[in-house]
Amino acid sequence: MSAETPLIAGDPTPQAAPLSGARIGVVTFPGTLDDRDAARAVRLGGGTAVPLWHADESLHGVDAVVLPGGFSYGDYLRAGAIARFAPVMSTIITEAEARTASPLPVLGICNGFQVLTEAHLLPGSMIKNDHLKFICRDQVLRVENTGTAWTSQFTQDELITVPMKNQDGQYVADDATLKKLEDQGRVVFRYVGESPNGSRNDIAGVTNERGNVVGLMPHPEHAVEAGYGSDDATGLREGTDGLTIFTSVVSSLTGGNA
Amino acid sequence: MSEFNIDTVENAGATPDTDLPWAELGLKQDEYARILEILGRRPTAAELAMYSVMWSEHCSYKSSKVHLRQFGEKVTEEMKKDLMVGIGENAGVTDLGDGWAVTFKIESHNHPSFVEPYQGAATGIGGIVRDIISMGARPVAVMDPLRFGDIDHPDTQRVLPGVVAGIGGYGNSLGLPNVGGEVVFDSVYQQNPLVNALAVGVLKHEDLRLANASGVGNKVVLFGARTGGDGIGGASVLASESFDDAKPSKRPAVQVGDPFAEKVLIECCLELFHHNLVEGIQDLGAAGISCATSELASNGDGGMHVELTNVLLRDPSLTPGEILMSESQERMMAVVTPDNAAAFETVLSKWGVEFSWLGEVTDTGRLIIDWDGETIVDVDPRTVAHDGPVYERPYHRPAWQDQLQSAAFRTSAAAKHLPATAEELGQAVVELMSSPNMADKSWVTDQFDRFVGGNTALSQPDDAGVIRVDDTTGLGVGLATDCNDRYAYLDPYRGAQLALAEAYRNVATAGAVPLAVSDCLNFGSPEDPEIMWQFAEAVRGLSDACMQLGIPVTGGNVSLYNQTAGRAIHPTPVVGVLGKFDDVSRRTPSGFQRWADGQAIYLLGTTADELDGSEFARLRGHLGGQPPAVDLEAEKTLGDILINASRDGMIDAAHDLSEGGLAAALAEMSLRFGVGSRTSLHELCERDGVDPFTALFSESQARVLVALPRSEELRFTDMTTARGFPALRLGVVDAESGGIEVTGAFADGSFGISLDELKAAWSAVLPSRFGAVEG
Repeated sequence: MSAETPLIAGDPTPQAAPLSGARIGVVTFPGTLDDRDAARAVRLGGGTAVPLWHADESLHGVDAVVLPGGFSYGDYLRAGAIARFAPVMSTIITEAEARTASPLPVLGICNGFQVLTEAHLLPGSMIKNDHLKFICRDQVLRVENTGTAWTSQFTQDELITVPMKNQDGQYVADDATLKKLEDQGRVVFRYVGESPNGSRNDIAGVTNERGNVVGLMPHPEHAVEAGYGSDDATGLREGTDGLTIFTSVVSSLTGGNA
Repeated sequence: MSEFNIDTVENAGATPDTDLPWAELGLKQDEYARILEILGRRPTAAELAMYSVMWSEHCSYKSSKVHLRQFGEKVTEEMKKDLMVGIGENAGVTDLGDGWAVTFKIESHNHPSFVEPYQGAATGIGGIVRDIISMGARPVAVMDPLRFGDIDHPDTQRVLPGVVAGIGGYGNSLGLPNVGGEVVFDSVYQQNPLVNALAVGVLKHEDLRLANASGVGNKVVLFGARTGGDGIGGASVLASESFDDAKPSKRPAVQVGDPFAEKVLIECCLELFHHNLVEGIQDLGAAGISCATSELASNGDGGMHVELTNVLLRDPSLTPGEILMSESQERMMAVVTPDNAAAFETVLSKWGVEFSWLGEVTDTGRLIIDWDGETIVDVDPRTVAHDGPVYERPYHRPAWQDQLQSAAFRTSAAAKHLPATAEELGQAVVELMSSPNMADKSWVTDQFDRFVGGNTALSQPDDAGVIRVDDTTGLGVGLATDCNDRYAYLDPYRGAQLALAEAYRNVATAGAVPLAVSDCLNFGSPEDPEIMWQFAEAVRGLSDACMQLGIPVTGGNVSLYNQTAGRAIHPTPVVGVLGKFDDVSRRTPSGFQRWADGQAIYLLGTTADELDGSEFARLRGHLGGQPPAVDLEAEKTLGDILINASRDGMIDAAHDLSEGGLAAALAEMSLRFGVGSRTSLHELCERDGVDPFTALFSESQARVLVALPRSEELRFTDMTTARGFPALRLGVVDAESGGIEVTGAFADGSFGISLDELKAAWSAVLPSRFGAVEG
């Protein structure tokens, strides 16, 4: 056994034939929890999910990367603080910042978002929710930037409902950074309604200047399949708003909407 | 190398008169005498440590064993047909078809959670999850039946937030959705909270593993977290005694959890199973290495030889006895063939899990443990693991039981002014729904992740938690846990049956076919004959009812000594039922759907005057009389109707009637999605000969409310008629009104309750006590 052993361990689901050639890596750190969910979301979005292991520097030629949620290394120090130094991250950082025409699209969800801020691919940081508790609920978000690799198939200011679940979800940044994010339209997702965690400017997700790296606290990968998604007006767990994130990236990778 | 004197077997033989602290370790005089007899000499300090923990109430079931046998005896061949592994292993395993199997179990972590709420509750999750992994299964969900003291008591303020945070902190970090459970408040649980935890896992048939040390020459390995001084005496000193203010703090006996270590351990074990690298496996829970070595050895070829200095320690000052008793969490023991040892090490290294090879399997029939080459334990492992003491504890029906049962609600002072007008009845519904036990529990459940895994089809507050097992076919399971301790206090035999009936009904209401039972029997001290009678009655009732319903008990847990300063909890036999879905997309939600305007609402079952032990009686401070009648044949027929209706897509919502009766069910179905209803009690009152108050608040069993499209009414009522089961059309779903409107034979017309107002009252109860969570 080498470090390349499949890590989305024990998932017996045969992969549906991908609709496109898009190969999207899903990283597993020790303590990652939502890797199998993210892989399912990639498949349902029409891509091929490729498991990536934290200790392996190689990205195995993937076209995009998802850093899924969880508690990498237990998050005992600070969420994402150790994962940021994993071998796989050094390659992801290099490729995401590459000065090429199409830098690597990277999506960080929840703990993945925390890893991206620790890695300085995204500005700001996450601290404990203002009410100091873990909170799990369906969350309404407004999509405010449809120019990124991960949001191109949303309409501007579209309201979506996806599950949210975290303890350290309060987005903070200094005033200058917040102003820059707002001025440049880099707030991708904003909480609608009462803030779930006290985030500055109700920010739920942001992107980098080039729009290839996106991080968000709520979980689009948990709203990709009717019957197992978020509760919304259509019914119990019928919400699949999160799927658009994954179809967006597949589409931009295959030229459909780039 | 040791800084302490090692009490070897040789030394024990040479110094027969040495005094040992057997009483301090929780052993009774006659138990110690038996150890002397078994060994033919005095035990070494290490042997004494092993016997004391393994013969504790918690590990040996010495008081309960003679009663628990009924779960194995009252079983038909039909009940066994899906059973792959029964009682006695870490958890029972039931066949699901398509090569899949499911394993589930409930355990208690009551005493640790009282002493140290966060860690107690957290390690309760950790322990039950390791039981599931030990069977070769991937854990897929957890549930938590919780019971606390009066909501306004300071002890509840201390215990509840910590317990909830502990369950969340640990369970959320494992990636296991928390899909249900219970939150009950009653002053009987003050200083004796009940923190039970259920875990469920799934496996392919070929991945099934058992706790056997077989194959002479195979190697024994300990892996996971290092062994520390935490939890020493957890099973013997903490879980097997009552609390008493006079005794010192037992906090050091509570284990400390590391969920990250457990998550890595889960993935590591699954990869070991996937590559078929372990022959036998056992988690380390109560009694730690003592339990794992003696159980593995006695279930396998009968012998094991271990070098204890190989155990990796967090604290190098631990004595051999302490190492054997430590209940440090996140540890597993496995048996590996020499050929697989290198591959085993590769998998562990990949996951960064520490391990140490301790010894090997032998055929000597002896468990031999060395310390630096000198033998400190030389025992027949069966005498430690299986041949512990068995007590026929005396029991008798309490003298006060008759008086309690004759103190019916109707004839009590509490029933002097019952609501009768529409206005009074409407107010009573609001009062009921804003009482602590009926109130919104999302303050608790919103601190648990219910989405992770992407397979949760239903979760709290629906009747059952529903988890998809197979992505391609939709094969899945439904689970519910229930117990009404007030019923069990009034009549333990019937109370245990009612707990089973409710869990069975909940699973069927969601649309699953009930398959198996796990129980967590929480009681006071077995040394009190009246408590022992409650226990004996509950086990007899539950085993009789399982037989009638045709579903076996596959495992569970007994928690005794739940009493403080001589005051015992109500008998609380928590029952979990697991059911199967061929396709979980057929599951029935518990609330009226937003798009279901105009759907018909039917009440299945009949209503009698059964208010004793009810939530309404609790509102008036009354507890006495006889709990509701049990009719298991009716429960079965009702279950079949609901399962068929779900499979054939006839109904869009279903919710069982239990605590709070029809009033609560109507309110909960509307509160689920904020969709109102218009119903009439006229026909119900006339058909069943009850008044509107009884119709609303009686807790008669075998009743369910359903909502269905008008196009399905005929097909549905044909089915209920064909099965001879009473079904009555009460009214319609009203998605526009934003309220619950009920008409009946009231002097003052109908009553209407605004859903906004009801929701405000219902959802404010927990935040007003424990602090608001945003949103």
